[in-house]
Amino acid sequence: MNVAAASKIHAIPHDLPLDSGQALVGAQIAYETYGELAEDKSNAILICHALTGDQFVASDHPITGKPGWWERMVGPGKQIDTDRYYVICANVIGSCMGSTGPASVNSGGEPYAMGFPVITIRDMVRGLVALLDGLGIEQLHAVVGGSMGGMQALSLAANWPERAARVLVIASTARHSAQNIAFHEVGRQAIMADPAWSGGDYYAGEASPDNGLAVARMAAHITYLSEEGLTEKFGRRLQDRDSKSFGFDADFQVESYLRYQGSGFTQRFDANSYLYITRAMDYFDLAEEHGGKLANAFEGTSARFCLISFDTDWLYPTSESRHIVHALNAAGAKVSFVELSAPNGHDSFLLPHDQLDRVVGGFIE
Amino acid sequence: MTLPSQKLRPDLAAIAARVKPGTRVLDIGCGNGALMAELETSSDVDARGMELNPELVERCVSRGLSVVQGDANSDLANYPDKAFDYAILSQTLQTATRPDLILDELLRVGRKAFVSFPNFAHWRTRAALMFGGRMPVTRALPVSWYETTNIHHVTVDDFRELAKAKGATIEREWFFSGEKQIGAPASNWRAEFAVFELSR
Repeated sequence: MNVAAASKIHAIPHDLPLDSGQALVGAQIAYETYGELAEDKSNAILICHALTGDQFVASDHPITGKPGWWERMVGPGKQIDTDRYYVICANVIGSCMGSTGPASVNSGGEPYAMGFPVITIRDMVRGLVALLDGLGIEQLHAVVGGSMGGMQALSLAANWPERAARVLVIASTARHSAQNIAFHEVGRQAIMADPAWSGGDYYAGEASPDNGLAVARMAAHITYLSEEGLTEKFGRRLQDRDSKSFGFDADFQVESYLRYQGSGFTQRFDANSYLYITRAMDYFDLAEEHGGKLANAFEGTSARFCLISFDTDWLYPTSESRHIVHALNAAGAKVSFVELSAPNGHDSFLLPHDQLDRVVGGFIE
Repeated sequence: MTLPSQKLRPDLAAIAARVKPGTRVLDIGCGNGALMAELETSSDVDARGMELNPELVERCVSRGLSVVQGDANSDLANYPDKAFDYAILSQTLQTATRPDLILDELLRVGRKAFVSFPNFAHWRTRAALMFGGRMPVTRALPVSWYETTNIHHVTVDDFRELAKAKGATIEREWFFSGEKQIGAPASNWRAEFAVFELSR
């Protein structure tokens, strides 16, 4: 998967220290930018991507050819207006779209594979901060993220409080719950149960653990949707047939849809990256990093915060956002919070939503 | 941000006139954020809001105000003591599950508190109940008993007594009949709306 050429690359000029105690040597960050950086460098907005996202927030994906994953929100004249703001979106370390990850080559000239150190959300943000340093940006106008991107935004605000004036966190959480970890574990076990995974050493061979990765994606995809949304979209309708086959083909539309999602995903994502990034999310507990009290994470912050949740999101439900809001209130931070109504569960943050647009636009302003 | 020229409701205008510039304010039940916008624009106040209705919250955030969707009955507990110079509860007390506990919270999170409410002992309300024998529907209380959010009707005298019981000092009070401010004498008869400034 060589997509490095598609993006700008920042070679981190120092070793990147990691929460595990190890360090990444010679790491690089692949990123995209949109708009022009103002002379005083005051108009930069960093957008952090989700688990399987990438830096192509507002430009075509080099592998799938699909439009950017948040193109409806980011672009000229849009809520995050690239005519006014310099928008940066970087691939996180551990991922597979040009930033250093398990598929990258280590100092011995071999792919890291499972030799890649286990990373955390804070480590990803260390990589992003190194990029900001490289670009000479001291303070962002805003850091914005949904889902895992929201975790990064929170981590940046907590650990590098001077680096962002505004922090927008959508459909996210300050810690992974037992249920969140459980679903991720199903995905990881599916990958590792695939014989082609070979202990992670599959880069040189013909086969990769596509079957396991596809199952992982299928399970995860269910958590991104709502029962209501699934029922509305598929119900019990059959796929290209008039009656049940009394077999194990994809009789139901929902089965066919999930299989399609699973196999499509394997075209653009590395199985080991999936292991590492889900692990980082499971390890995320912002309160734990700050003496067990979430309010401590935000003590003395002068940033403005905005949190948005969706009423049908059961992956990171409103209660998780509210928990963060309460901590921010306790820390005396300036915070806005709204729960929006949307039928599509966790994925709602990526879908058209007028109220979401207005809140994002109003807050970024 | 909406221009401050937009006319404030009289109780809000009375409150706005008392809030000192550069202070920190929590507006509980901030609605569309009219008071917050006025305070931020004309008095350089650090205003935060809480509002139950998500559509109103969205409108506030869209105009650049810091407002959280929250319930005054439960979500005040997370604010530290004396986090604000003023805690404002306008036209919301009578909708609270436990107005007495909310008043405690207001006086805990704010150095001073403003409370405004419709006075149930206004002569028009009394007359409607006395002569009509039905729950009053008046210009101050325009919604029928079965769909009103006002679940704890209160009078000027009731509120004074509650404030006393809570050990709060009434620093100042305002009374209104419609848009017009009226004097304190016989306010429990004459006032449609009351505003109190309290400290403890």
